[in-house]
Amino acid sequence: MNRLSAENVTLAYEQRVIAERLSVEIPDNSFTVIVGPNACGKSTLLRALSRMLKPAEGQVLLDGQAIQSLPAKKVARTLGLLPQSSIAPDGITVADLVGRGRYPHQGLLRQWSAEDERVVQESMAQTGVAELAERYVDELSGGQRQRVWIAMALAQQTPLLLLDEPTTYLDIQHQIDVLDLCAELHETQGRTLVAVLHDLNHAARYATHLIALGGGEVIAEGAPKEIVTAGLVERVFGLRCQVIDDPETGTPLVVPAARKARTAKVTAAS
Amino acid sequence: MKTLSRSRAVRTPGGLSLRLDLRSLIVVVLLLVAVLAAGVALIGTGDAHIPAMDVLRTLAGNGNPYQDFIVNELRLPRLLVGLLVGASLGLGGALFQSISRNPLGSPDVLGLAQGSTAGALVMIVLFSGSAAAVTAGALVGGLVTGLGIYLLAWKQGVHGYRLVLVGIGVSAVLTAVNSYLITKADIVDAARAVVWMTGSLSGRDWTQVWPLLILCAVVVPVVLAGGRGLRMLEMGDDVAYALGVRVHRVRLVLMAGAVLLTAAATAAAGPVGFVALTAPQLARRLTRSPGPNLVPSLCMGAGLLVTADWLCQRLFGADQLPVGVVTGVVGGAYLLWLLVGERRAGRV
Repeated sequence: MNRLSAENVTLAYEQRVIAERLSVEIPDNSFTVIVGPNACGKSTLLRALSRMLKPAEGQVLLDGQAIQSLPAKKVARTLGLLPQSSIAPDGITVADLVGRGRYPHQGLLRQWSAEDERVVQESMAQTGVAELAERYVDELSGGQRQRVWIAMALAQQTPLLLLDEPTTYLDIQHQIDVLDLCAELHETQGRTLVAVLHDLNHAARYATHLIALGGGEVIAEGAPKEIVTAGLVERVFGLRCQVIDDPETGTPLVVPAARKARTAKVTAAS
Repeated sequence: MKTLSRSRAVRTPGGLSLRLDLRSLIVVVLLLVAVLAAGVALIGTGDAHIPAMDVLRTLAGNGNPYQDFIVNELRLPRLLVGLLVGASLGLGGALFQSISRNPLGSPDVLGLAQGSTAGALVMIVLFSGSAAAVTAGALVGGLVTGLGIYLLAWKQGVHGYRLVLVGIGVSAVLTAVNSYLITKADIVDAARAVVWMTGSLSGRDWTQVWPLLILCAVVVPVVLAGGRGLRMLEMGDDVAYALGVRVHRVRLVLMAGAVLLTAAATAAAGPVGFVALTAPQLARRLTRSPGPNLVPSLCMGAGLLVTADWLCQRLFGADQLPVGVVTGVVGGAYLLWLLVGERRAGRV
């Protein structure tokens, strides 16, 4: 059985239901990417998997137990989350921010162990921000800042790490940079990663397991090579396209149909 | 390479470790020294001037009966009330500002002081109550207002801006109520009300010290223990949640603590202006440390209030000017300076 799964969850914000009776398994040791059009419920699903959102019905299971019933700090030692909205406190240094990722391993009388120190160093080295350690976070560029937040999540030392749109607001080379980093963490440390991504081509290139959501339902899941087809993209995103082999990696590459071809189809249909 | 050049970890072989921020520690020690010095000066100040050495000797129990009466019966309780009120306001302000992630989210702006005032005015104007009744009224007024703000601002958790806006709304309503109550009062009650509303430490004795001291002894440790969770909350609810902070519980406990401290302080000394707003901001600029700076704010609050009281007596003579006037003027000027400075820095 996999460590993290959602069983028949109904996800809703107050009265607005986002998804009903949704079941998802996150394969252990996978780099799972959740894709889907805006408002399909992908971020909501990630929030439920990370226990930020309590399902109206059904439950999220972590190691076979309902995640809501587990002690907060215990969950935080197993499952980390890099949310979309995070605030760097005024005047905080990189090392200090990364150090805050050690919170679930600390207590009132165990505030800063040698182990904490070592893990923080390691996390900064892995994400390439070690030389920025004494810099203020607000002075950094967007790409550097995102690396720092990832370092903080790494310092949490969780076997499972969830990332909510980690590439948003970054320019292309920093997007690839962050995704490379994720792939490396997945490959070298055997962490299970779950990310929500907007860019289908990035998802197809980096994911080992892809979950395509549409209208609150899982439309398809599996290895990108097996599931990403023109038919699926049209069904999930309503976009006509060709799917070709990525010349660099051989993974599926989605090429939207030319505007004329698409409008012609609409006219023909109507 | 050291990860954190500014902080030191103290570790025992048993696996316990404490983390200390050097600069904050130095700031706290210096503030405590300043507070004690101001305290000794304050005790020596008044119609009967007592030199500092005599004050210390009398406090140690070796003074003459005359000085012993003045120091231990008249001025020491007043100093202690000042210290406790200042400390409570400083700590309460730091908690509120951190929870709302906004310097304006302090009890002065949120209407807690107006709530306490309303409670006190009801007792003074409608019931011509005793001093004890006024204190009780102020306490209840503050607590009810705190609860009201929390309930009104609650929407799947309390959010910074929402808390500040709701607080400003509540504050406006209560200010109107207070003005109405004063217009209904007869001249004696109105004079009494105005004195109470300025905030003053004159005539405070041991009966006011004990309840405050006991409250602080209970609430301060609880609040400080929650300070680590509060540091995580500064990064946003989602991050705090992900790190295993029980967000709603921590916030509820800390807000309750902050409301209790503020309401008790206001009940004891009246609505002393701007200490809760400025103490955390000043403390922060001295420690240059991110985080809520709870202990430095507490010391700064105590220092500000005692210094203001000493200034009042020194410049205007004993009990001519209530301490709230000085903290209001100094605090208001400081706030303006702060805002002008931040606009230059491009933040506002």
